[in-house]
Amino acid sequence: MIRLDGVTVLYRERAALRDISLQIEAGERVAIIGPNGAGKSTLLRVVAGLLRPVAGTVDLAGSRIDRLDRLAIARRLAVVPQLPTLPFATTVEEVVALGRLPHEHPVRGMRPGDRAAVAAAVDRVGLGHLLGRDARELSLGERQLVLLAMAVAQQAPVLVLDEPTVHLDLRHQVEVMELVGDLNARDETTIVAVLHDVGLAAHFFPRLVLLDKGRIVADGPPAEVLAPDRIREVFGVDPALVRLGA
Amino acid sequence: MSPRSAILAARAGSGRRADLARRPVAVAAVGLVLLAVALVAGIAAGTVAIPPGDTIGILGRRLLGLDIAPTWAAAAETIVIDLRLPRVLTAMVVGGGLAVAGAAFQGLLRNPLADPYVLGTASGAALGAALAVLIPVRVLVLEFGLLHGLAFVGALGAVLAVYRLSRVGANSPMTSLLLTGYAVSSLLAAGLAMAMYLSGAGLRQIFAYLLGGFDASSWGRLAVAALLIVLASLGILLRARSLNGMLLGEEAATHLGVDVRRERAILLALASLATAAAVAVSGLIGFVGLVAPHVIRLIVGPNARLVLPLAALLGASLMVGADLAARLLGEIPVGVVTAMIGAPFFLALLRRTRTGYEL
Repeated sequence: MIRLDGVTVLYRERAALRDISLQIEAGERVAIIGPNGAGKSTLLRVVAGLLRPVAGTVDLAGSRIDRLDRLAIARRLAVVPQLPTLPFATTVEEVVALGRLPHEHPVRGMRPGDRAAVAAAVDRVGLGHLLGRDARELSLGERQLVLLAMAVAQQAPVLVLDEPTVHLDLRHQVEVMELVGDLNARDETTIVAVLHDVGLAAHFFPRLVLLDKGRIVADGPPAEVLAPDRIREVFGVDPALVRLGA
Repeated sequence: MSPRSAILAARAGSGRRADLARRPVAVAAVGLVLLAVALVAGIAAGTVAIPPGDTIGILGRRLLGLDIAPTWAAAAETIVIDLRLPRVLTAMVVGGGLAVAGAAFQGLLRNPLADPYVLGTASGAALGAALAVLIPVRVLVLEFGLLHGLAFVGALGAVLAVYRLSRVGANSPMTSLLLTGYAVSSLLAAGLAMAMYLSGAGLRQIFAYLLGGFDASSWGRLAVAALLIVLASLGILLRARSLNGMLLGEEAATHLGVDVRRERAILLALASLATAAAVAVSGLIGFVGLVAPHVIRLIVGPNARLVLPLAALLGASLMVGADLAARLLGEIPVGVVTAMIGAPFFLALLRRTRTGYEL
């Protein structure tokens, strides 16, 4: 579904990603972990076609991503953005409906199918009780769920999440993770998430990709990737501090 | 309770914008009635009052070719067709165009305080008009004089300069656009002040332009301005999807399939074109382009597909009404009327809105 081949990205002459090769199959659930500055978010931006690598190629669902226009990418890959600010009062329903932009009719707007997709996404994420509320008045946790519902409404085969749990308390963290797991299991949505919390990643993701200094240093099941020596080496902490939920 | 009925229950209890599905049609209907009333009143009232019945009769006879026996003097017909009709129609087109441009600028810059003049169009047009007054050349092409021409060129030139100067690398970030707009406007305002200082007897003419008005409207100028404004507004309306995507910011818009750089450049160009055409024929009239999109957003939400046409309708009605008020008050400048009605109204709106505006 996603294939990176020898990808190198420069940020002002400094290599943010070096020679990354990675293959993610349809229906996989992959967490990208690593210390700050390892290149996790850069990798996500490359996968989403926001950054163009100086070397290497990125394929999305069988097509070179740099040959797809934004609309074509948005139909194949949905991104849960980091919490944005809204300039105008916008109801939860209106935010979720933005997920239909890549599909709606360019002139007429949303059609019945789009409305059904919005209603289904709202149901799936459990936002029915917030529908008419101004999204700017919600708690951070609720807003994160709204953005997740928007991405679900996009109905793309790949769902990308950038630190989806960063503002959330423990209950909401688990809620989001279970929801993502359910999307993966029931709808076979391919999931790629950048996660700060290694424990959360190990518990909810069968495959971890560990980045350090712009390189992939490990890729596999949590028990293998999070070997004590590697935790000490990459994160510089006592391995006992990282609880492995798996 | 099933999830679906939970949604419906939540919707019924959510208060403010409950009936989203039916509201826009009602708002459009009210807007159309408002505009029709404003148009007829705008044509009927003035120094020579023409009864509304006669006004409608004249319009029906001359515009629709209806077989209505005249119950009015021939002079009334001349006043309606040659003077008042081009005037109210110009006010309508300018008001609608400024409202659409204002909605586009607010959406593009993600700033509720943006108006059609925010990126330098007003100061560019003003400087152009002032220079035209200073230059002792009188030309007239298609009823357009040097003043209209230079105001139009000044407005577009200012935005182009702002756009070019705000670029950082290949990008033109929104905050940089706003700040550059402010800087360029200040520079142009200095030029305007200098031109006014040097203008001598022309000062009154420059001043009249700055305050705006429709007393000099003509069919020829209306035709050209209407063509530009209608085309630009339709172009903006066709890009409602891009404006909607930008609600969540540039990066989120990109993820939703919007080619942000291209769409922003196109929308900026179209909104500036509509603004430039409006200020060229009417001078600088504030507040309509700021207030109309706001009022509509409070009623129907931020969806550009609804906001743009409804704001156009409201802006057109407001401008025709403001011109009528200006005329009844003894030909005071329309810009004074819109500011005097618009500013308190805007303040009231801000207080009514439950959440404050985040910038």
